[in-house]
Amino acid sequence: MSALLSARGLKLAFGGLKAADGIDLDVMDGEFLAIIGPNGAGKTTFINMTTGYLKPQAGSIEFDGKPILGMSPRKIVALGIGRSFQLPQLFTEHTVLENAALAVAARSGIWSPFAPLMRPSIRQEAEALLDRFGLSPVADRRADALNEGARKLADIAMAVALRPRLLLMDEPTSGVAAADKMAVVETLVRVLRESRVTAVFVEHDMEVVARFADRVAVWGQGRIMALGDPQTVLNDPQVRRDVIGELPQEALHAPT
Amino acid sequence: MTRTQELLLALLGAVLLLALAWAVPWLRFVLTVALAKSLAVFGILLLLRAGQVSFGHALYLALAAYTAAFTAMLIPEALILLPVAAIASALVGLVVGLFVVRYREIFFGMLNLALSMVFYSLLEKFYSITHGTDGMRLPPLRFAGIPLEGEFQGWVLLILAVVLALGFGALVRIYLASPMGQALAGIKTRETRLEFLGVPARRVLLAAYVLAALMAGCGGAVLAMTTRLVTPALAYWTASGELVFIAILGGAGSVFGPVIGAVAFELTRVYAAALVADAWQLILGSVLLLVILFAPGGLWGMGKALLSRRKIA
Repeated sequence: MSALLSARGLKLAFGGLKAADGIDLDVMDGEFLAIIGPNGAGKTTFINMTTGYLKPQAGSIEFDGKPILGMSPRKIVALGIGRSFQLPQLFTEHTVLENAALAVAARSGIWSPFAPLMRPSIRQEAEALLDRFGLSPVADRRADALNEGARKLADIAMAVALRPRLLLMDEPTSGVAAADKMAVVETLVRVLRESRVTAVFVEHDMEVVARFADRVAVWGQGRIMALGDPQTVLNDPQVRRDVIGELPQEALHAPT
Repeated sequence: MTRTQELLLALLGAVLLLALAWAVPWLRFVLTVALAKSLAVFGILLLLRAGQVSFGHALYLALAAYTAAFTAMLIPEALILLPVAAIASALVGLVVGLFVVRYREIFFGMLNLALSMVFYSLLEKFYSITHGTDGMRLPPLRFAGIPLEGEFQGWVLLILAVVLALGFGALVRIYLASPMGQALAGIKTRETRLEFLGVPARRVLLAAYVLAALMAGCGGAVLAMTTRLVTPALAYWTASGELVFIAILGGAGSVFGPVIGAVAFELTRVYAAALVADAWQLILGSVLLLVILFAPGGLWGMGKALLSRRKIA
């Protein structure tokens, strides 16, 4: 497997806070890479730098062998890097189907002001997309009338509509009701595998990470503290203590 | 409402307007002015779709009116004046638009206001060219070579305004349903998402802005040819406010809104001014207040609600 995305020596500080302090990371073609770490560790900053939203003060990022630093978010999207958001970014006054249709239209680059958005070709593709995400039952609902799980999926569906090669997801399960969480992730992983999308996702739920990630990167104070397969990383005592917030075994068994 | 129903309603409305102008001859002028303004209000409607309000849209109306006045001195032909004024307005809209589409909400509104007031001042100050507040008279015009006089002029310009309102109404309706129009509505709710779909939001807004300027340009040309007098007051900020007023009065949810709003506005103005000469603005103000409080969909929304209630009953 070759690296689809390579970041080298990324540095970015906001005042005194080091959001990125020498990030080196290779994302392999086809893998699901989870990013875990405490709040403020710089996880979202990494996504923002990769999608052109923030410019690092030093370092380089290559996508498919091409340097992408300094490109606008729109150019980066066009290269094949998609993104979903911690707070779903949907067109709230449009229906879910219209949201999907706009994404499909954006990809196909049809900006004729005379043909309707909901022409058969776009509608069919949008419907098929929603179907893959299990969103068909809510297709005609307004985007602001959905529950969090459906909003997250719709948000990701819009990114997938662009047919990205790499998808960066910021906390795809945050805010999703616990009962829906695994179903949401399973849907997501199935669609991404079918579409052969390489995925990087920030995640706080270790069960999700353990089940779905091929590799885990542990972020801490703008650095990657650990990187490897979930088994090894999640069982590392230091990671368990610092990131997962687990009390040492002695503390649990200490007499009260 | 289906597309066929809307088309029938639009044609019915056009016939009604023409019948009204036939029955009450002096309303021909009032209705032509109303329709000319509705062309500019179509543009307000487009910008409102993106969540943006321009408080300086009369700039394009005035610009086109003056373009028509100057061009008429050389070629007093209606069929030349209309496109020349519209294109001039659209070109200025493109240049100004490149600048103002970088801003949103209050900044967008106020920048437009400022630019329209700059234009107003220029018209007022350059007396040697524009005759200042005295304004400029248009010479007698021709339509396809036929001199426009008396009753014939009234009918030609009214029918021209009706045709333009129908045409641009249909165009705006189609535009809003297209990806460009739907993306425009996306600017209102989630502009970041547009960018991450690879869609340049500013260019989406710019396209709408230029179309708005073009339509206001057609309105300005019709206005100038109808009144045969153009003054800087056309560009004054109250004229822009009037356009926003009409948009809200008529309802921003449908292309019928601007036309209904403009006709209601001009008729109210004429009749209210005749009844209570000093208080007609009070009446208009009260009407707008009632519309905002009780019928946020405007007159069009009110009418539609009444129609559907009757259908249920």
